[in-house]
Amino acid sequence: MMRMEDDVILKVEDLATSFPTRTGLFNAVDGVSFALKRGKTLCVVGESGSGKSVTARSILQIVDKPGRIDGGSILLARPDGSITDLASLDPRGRDIRTVRGKEIAMIFQEPMSSLSPVHRIGTQIGETLRIHFGIRGQAQRERVLELLRQVEIPRPETAIDRYTFEFSGGMRQRVMIAMALACNPQVLIADEPTTALDVTTQAEILSLIKKLQTAHGMAVLFITHDMGVVAEIADDVLVMYRGKVMEQGPVEQIFHAPANAYTRGLIGSVVKLETKAEVRLKRAPIPEDAPPLLDVKNLSLTFPSGLKAVNDVSLFVRPGETLGIVGESGSGKTTMGRCLLRIYDPEVGTMVFRRPDGHSVDIRTADRGDLKDIRREVRMIFQDPVNSLSPRKTVGQIIAEPLKLAGMKGREREDRVAELMQQVGLEPAWRERYPHAFSGGQRQRIGIARAIAVKPRLIVADEATSALDVSLRSQMLDLMMKLQDELGLSYIFISHDMSVIRYMCDRVAVMYRGRIVEVGDTDQVVHNPTHDYTRALLSAIPHPDPRDRRIHKRFRYDAAAPVALTHPLPETLDLS
Amino acid sequence: MTDITHLPPATEPSLDLHNRDIAVAGQWRLFWLKFKKHRIALLSLVVIVLMYLVAAFADFIAPVDPNATNARFTYAPPQGLSLLHDGAFHPHVDQLKMTLNTESMRREFTPDPAKPLSVGFLVPAQQPYTLLGFIPMQTKLFGLVDPKPGDSLYVFGADRLGRDIFSRVVHGAKISLSIGLVGVFMSLILGVTIGGISGFFGGWADIVIQRFIELLRSIPTIPLWMGLAAAIPVGWPPLRTYFVITLIVSLIGWTSLAREVRGKFLSLRNEDFVIAARLDGMSEIGIIFHHLVPSFMSHIIATLTLAIPSMILAETALSFLGIGLQPPIISWGVLLQEAQNIRAVAQAPWLLFTPAAAIVIAVLSLNFLGDGLRDAADPYESVS
Repeated sequence: MMRMEDDVILKVEDLATSFPTRTGLFNAVDGVSFALKRGKTLCVVGESGSGKSVTARSILQIVDKPGRIDGGSILLARPDGSITDLASLDPRGRDIRTVRGKEIAMIFQEPMSSLSPVHRIGTQIGETLRIHFGIRGQAQRERVLELLRQVEIPRPETAIDRYTFEFSGGMRQRVMIAMALACNPQVLIADEPTTALDVTTQAEILSLIKKLQTAHGMAVLFITHDMGVVAEIADDVLVMYRGKVMEQGPVEQIFHAPANAYTRGLIGSVVKLETKAEVRLKRAPIPEDAPPLLDVKNLSLTFPSGLKAVNDVSLFVRPGETLGIVGESGSGKTTMGRCLLRIYDPEVGTMVFRRPDGHSVDIRTADRGDLKDIRREVRMIFQDPVNSLSPRKTVGQIIAEPLKLAGMKGREREDRVAELMQQVGLEPAWRERYPHAFSGGQRQRIGIARAIAVKPRLIVADEATSALDVSLRSQMLDLMMKLQDELGLSYIFISHDMSVIRYMCDRVAVMYRGRIVEVGDTDQVVHNPTHDYTRALLSAIPHPDPRDRRIHKRFRYDAAAPVALTHPLPETLDLS
Repeated sequence: MTDITHLPPATEPSLDLHNRDIAVAGQWRLFWLKFKKHRIALLSLVVIVLMYLVAAFADFIAPVDPNATNARFTYAPPQGLSLLHDGAFHPHVDQLKMTLNTESMRREFTPDPAKPLSVGFLVPAQQPYTLLGFIPMQTKLFGLVDPKPGDSLYVFGADRLGRDIFSRVVHGAKISLSIGLVGVFMSLILGVTIGGISGFFGGWADIVIQRFIELLRSIPTIPLWMGLAAAIPVGWPPLRTYFVITLIVSLIGWTSLAREVRGKFLSLRNEDFVIAARLDGMSEIGIIFHHLVPSFMSHIIATLTLAIPSMILAETALSFLGIGLQPPIISWGVLLQEAQNIRAVAQAPWLLFTPAAAIVIAVLSLNFLGDGLRDAADPYESVS
């Protein structure tokens, strides 16, 4: 008979999961061992491709085909006192199905796709109750309402008969949690449950999980790539890299006395982003009275749907300066950035850009010819390093394209491409390769090379680092600052991530629902915010230090009608 | 999972030796690598190539003239080809002995093993012919070594007039396989132009074109074909009729392609890399030809391949109904006309099964090939 220590509920030993690929077996999980204790939270942390999600999926035997578990054991202490090895169960058998949902529940990253759009909330949560306990009818409805109350969904009596698409991302994730809790599981596996959410919503969900864990005494296996989240919620931490465990231990030890080099690097790159970049601290401040390079006044854009995406926005950028635009999804920051390049045409306002010859031109009303010139001086770096590079062109062709269109030819163009590639840290010898041969960080470097190819003066960087792993983020920012100093660039840096803004921006504008609620020097905004929304945003950011957990004491901003539901719920259902 | 990053980040892209050639592989190479994995599609490609070779060299492969009649061998059954005779390699068929059954008033054929007729390869043709229309030839791929009057070689039997079904099916491939290509080529031009206009200009042009497509698709096809076919003057030479039939078939066939092209235009127009090209100062025409067209070219090829079988089936249906091609032109549909009455089928089932098998094999192979191409059409989804 297998035995486990008293408080251990799930014990994984030497777990190995592999995927057959064109070039042989890929070991996604390679000899991972850990123990999950009652009432405790174990965070599995790692960058993309580290195998943390596959580990979680292996426990429930829901690894995507053709992946399979090659070895190791997953021991689960059952409520009746026996111990079952989940790894030995048939993935489609009856035994594993009684475990799934009932004893081990899972919540996923994408609340959009993990709920069915054709069933009502109540039906979806009720399904679990019906399958595992056979609860039906009124009793089922009562239990579902109780669950919805537990996950703090407003007006549960109305919400129970709604469809998932009527809810915002955060609310959907609450529904997912309610579903997971339906059978009082002993173990909750949360696979990046807050990654797709805004930072303020993330804080709410983290608090909720913590609260429910205390109430139900669950063990939580929390998978994340965000060290800040780990520091806020973990009891124990497991650091993974390329399918292997790098280090594991109590959260204090991982953050303050990491033994492994990889862990040290990871913590280091996170902590680095907690302060301002050194090169920026050393640099002399930009003179206050320097004439602005771009001066935006009263800019507004309304979409055909009637949404005021950009609402009376005014801001300016001085030469050599980095202006950060921070805000949550839907705040209009990306739309505003795209207006600056006239990808969208704003209806009202002025965007006065000072040309190198001294005279100014309004981008909003510029004609075709002027616009073409302006777009050589104002460039853009895109968020998605995959989508923004044509997969059908070689890296050399991609970087050469703006040069070609600017009329540069032959040998000169080739040399310039090589020079640009070196400048952004790529080997010129790789110019014949296609984008698919590069990692995310390298693709973003290609995007930067394309942006600086025609010697611009202002670059609009739209979430340029958010698709990258944290260890690459600071490198990308360092590269951008190096280029800024070398080429005399100004940046408008759009991000939802306060830490990257704090790291490199001189000034920051906070956007909320199409408006700029606060503008100021980065230091002043970060340490002494004046607007309540800024305070709420800052206090919701997870702080990568387990000795200083703040998220549960955060400031909540709900002055301007919290958007709990994407569509406001009418008091009575109106089907007309 | 596809994007493995390093700490400290590697200066070399995350590639092992196997992937080094993938790194510099362009769109068409990746396309081929992915297509190769689809075994059935690969096999179908071989079948299709063989069929087109047969169609191109029909005069060489068909042992006899497809229009040569022989009253002696009305509804003669297939003669089994044997490779061995008296233990030695000697390909031959047995001579057919014909007796008249006076009760049923039918001719009955029995093979006579005592009289083997030698079959040889690269035998002299009865009449000189020109291969592909310009190469004068004197030999056939195979045939009777020394044909005398009364000898026969019917590999798949003979029809009502004693014509060789095998030779007719081989010649039918010429028309049946090419009518698909010509029709599809016209659909391509119509579909890409109209779909491109619809997707690129949008607005009113888009609405009008899309409603027109819906209208076209709502018309029942067979009555439409019949109406259009009735408009073809009876006195026209068969080849002109053939050309007009392809036109009629393609007039219906372009709609799905037009929608595909329009959809691609709409989805690609807002891709980041297209916006990036626009910001680089590229003109709209430049964007269409540098970015949009290469992006959906492979999709179009796949759609076209899937359109050929429907064209072949359309021709067959039209000809079978007697409103498409007419004898003396030989196509698979025309051959099936012979098998229209139940008596002929009961007495000589090879009239039905031989051309039908050719059609089924051609259509199935083209469909599998199209499936394989479609799966490979976007090679960037799984490679990295």
